[in-house]
Amino acid sequence: MSEVPRNSSPRILVVDDDEALSEMLHIVLGSEGFDARLCHTGDAAVAAFRDYRPDLVLLDLMLPGRDGVDVCREIRAESGVPIVMLTAKSDTIDVVDGLAAGADDYVAKPFKTQELIARIKTRLRRHVEPDSDVDSLRIGDLVIRVNEHTVRRGESEITLTPLEFDLLLALARRPRQAFTREVLLEEVWGYRHASDTRLVNVHVQRLRSKIEQDPEKPEIIVTVRGVGYRAGESKPA
Amino acid sequence: MKGWARFAPFQLWARSLPFRVVLSTLAAAVVILVATGWFLMDQSSRGILAGKTQASVAEASSVVSTMRRDLSTTDLRTTSASERISRLVREAANRGQVGNQYFVVVETPISQIGTAGVAADSIPESIRSAVGTGDGLWSTPTMIRFTDSRVEEPGLVVAASLDVPGQAPYPIFFLFSTAQERQTLAVVQQAALATGVFLLAGLTITVYLTSLQVLRPVRLARLAAERLAAGHLDDRMAVVGTEDLAGLARSMNHMAEELDKKITQLQNLSLVQQRFVSDVSHELRTPLTTIRMAAEVLHAHRAAFDPASGRSSELLSAELDRFEELLTDLLEISRFDAGAAQLAIDDVDLAALTGEEVDALRHFAEQSGTVMVLDADVRCVAEVDSRRIRRILRNLITNAIEHGEGRPITVHVRGDDQGVAIAVRDHGVGFSAAEAGQVFNRFWRADPSRGRRVGGTGLGLSIALEDARLHGGWLTAWGRPGLGAQFRLTVPRRAGETLHGSPWPVVPPDLKEVTKLALK
Repeated sequence: MSEVPRNSSPRILVVDDDEALSEMLHIVLGSEGFDARLCHTGDAAVAAFRDYRPDLVLLDLMLPGRDGVDVCREIRAESGVPIVMLTAKSDTIDVVDGLAAGADDYVAKPFKTQELIARIKTRLRRHVEPDSDVDSLRIGDLVIRVNEHTVRRGESEITLTPLEFDLLLALARRPRQAFTREVLLEEVWGYRHASDTRLVNVHVQRLRSKIEQDPEKPEIIVTVRGVGYRAGESKPA
Repeated sequence: MKGWARFAPFQLWARSLPFRVVLSTLAAAVVILVATGWFLMDQSSRGILAGKTQASVAEASSVVSTMRRDLSTTDLRTTSASERISRLVREAANRGQVGNQYFVVVETPISQIGTAGVAADSIPESIRSAVGTGDGLWSTPTMIRFTDSRVEEPGLVVAASLDVPGQAPYPIFFLFSTAQERQTLAVVQQAALATGVFLLAGLTITVYLTSLQVLRPVRLARLAAERLAAGHLDDRMAVVGTEDLAGLARSMNHMAEELDKKITQLQNLSLVQQRFVSDVSHELRTPLTTIRMAAEVLHAHRAAFDPASGRSSELLSAELDRFEELLTDLLEISRFDAGAAQLAIDDVDLAALTGEEVDALRHFAEQSGTVMVLDADVRCVAEVDSRRIRRILRNLITNAIEHGEGRPITVHVRGDDQGVAIAVRDHGVGFSAAEAGQVFNRFWRADPSRGRRVGGTGLGLSIALEDARLHGGWLTAWGRPGLGAQFRLTVPRRAGETLHGSPWPVVPPDLKEVTKLALK
């Protein structure tokens, strides 16, 4: 497999054991201009991912063989590709597990086609978002190079997924402002109406574990009681 | 008054078994002790006094007979009778003086002779008149009084008469002091009283301790029952002691075991139910997703269909929405029923959150020409699950729009130290006070014939109520036909705390104005 030109249709790997739903997704994604490949078991998912190199993964949490959370963790270990979970149990611990394993977003079954497509497009757009007037931002002792999509502490680069990068960037662009979880959901996840704030909580935790010196005592992403989060004071690296 | 009543004796009587046992035992003991004490005193005083009387009479009798013998053998030629008597009396008095045994008084026609200092009124008239004739002896109790400074003392008079030749018989009185006997009796009385007091005290303590001993297993059983009630189903009582007590412990333990079994059974059932709900959820949702997407594809192409197929695809989509809502609500209710619902607590500014929900529904309200007014405190932060609070608010506001007849709706948000209240007030059709209790019932509809504009599954308010309860909060409904309705949600500021009041009244404060307007 050689490099695919950026302007070809975005590729989506659908991992779901329900064949009817998979086929339906294939039809719908195809009609929206995506290229989709189907995979019906958890065991085959990682291999399919390596082979297909998709731009986004739609991942059912309940799979025969290896379960979705496991697959999610493995894909995340080798790639920052956006992962959107499909789940039938939106209010259980499964969702939090999936998010903690690195999924960027989730869509609860039964979803509307428009809702799913909107989620996919948001994640894909963020992935290639070009920016902007400012080139470099400081947050805490970190330096964010916006166009390079990199975050550095001193000389060492910290690897973030596109979503984590967007989350950090959103906070860094307006330091000293406290963001509610709802505002972050809108800015980073593209939800127009407030939705599940667990998305924000889990991803802030993940992000902290990567960028904070001591995730127990966060200094870069500070919790504002009763509001949400804000960027910590910037200081020399 | 209340505090006084609680400590009043009859309260203690009603509440404390040891108190009751001790008091009844004491009452019975006092009756018995008083009766036996009285009997004892009566018997001993009778016995002692009777003994004294007997001894006194015997003594007097011997003295009198000596005197009589002497008198009968006296040679009246050498001495006069009165001299002789005087001498005899002096002798008798001297003898009586020895050992303080008795006083002798003889009343001659001329004077009183005998022991010096004894007052004449020591001898009662009754015995004076009885002594007249015969050889008999009379005795009666009296008080011995003295003409000098000696203190009067209790005593016994023994009377006899002395025949003096040629003269009327002289009455002779022996006065025996019973002071000693009285003293003995007093000592006995004191001893009896002291014994009684000691007995009572000892009895009280013994009975109290015994009652405690008897109550101990009862108290242990009570403690065990309380621990069971607190959920410590593994606790058992020690089976010791007498048959009764051991039996009590055995029964308690048996009960605990049965309870434990039943609860485990129920828990298993509940787990099965939860699993079932969860499985139904997954199993139904996946095919429903497929159906929904397929319906949407059809719906998108309906223009190319013939009219019947086009309309069918529209109906399919619309009914799928209803089906999905109903499924979601049913699953939510099942989750509450299974006790599987959990709060995701966060610090949330309820004023801001309410504002967002009002704004989100404003467009919908405008469709029926309804004006929505938000009347909120600046910041009302509480520890709540924002998803659930939003769901409650959405439900209350949608209901208000649906039943508000296009009249303005006000949403109030108020906070105090304890809690935050959000009240949704409409001026629509309202409902009767009797119906206020029913609105939270599942699938309840005020008027089944009323058309549904918004739809709604009939489970919305039931879910809202469960959501409120999950927060430890209240959801109350107030309504009057024609005057509208007010639903008020109150949640505690801090999760897990108990609400004692709400910052907003159940009955809308604007009611007076409304009533006036309605009367006009």
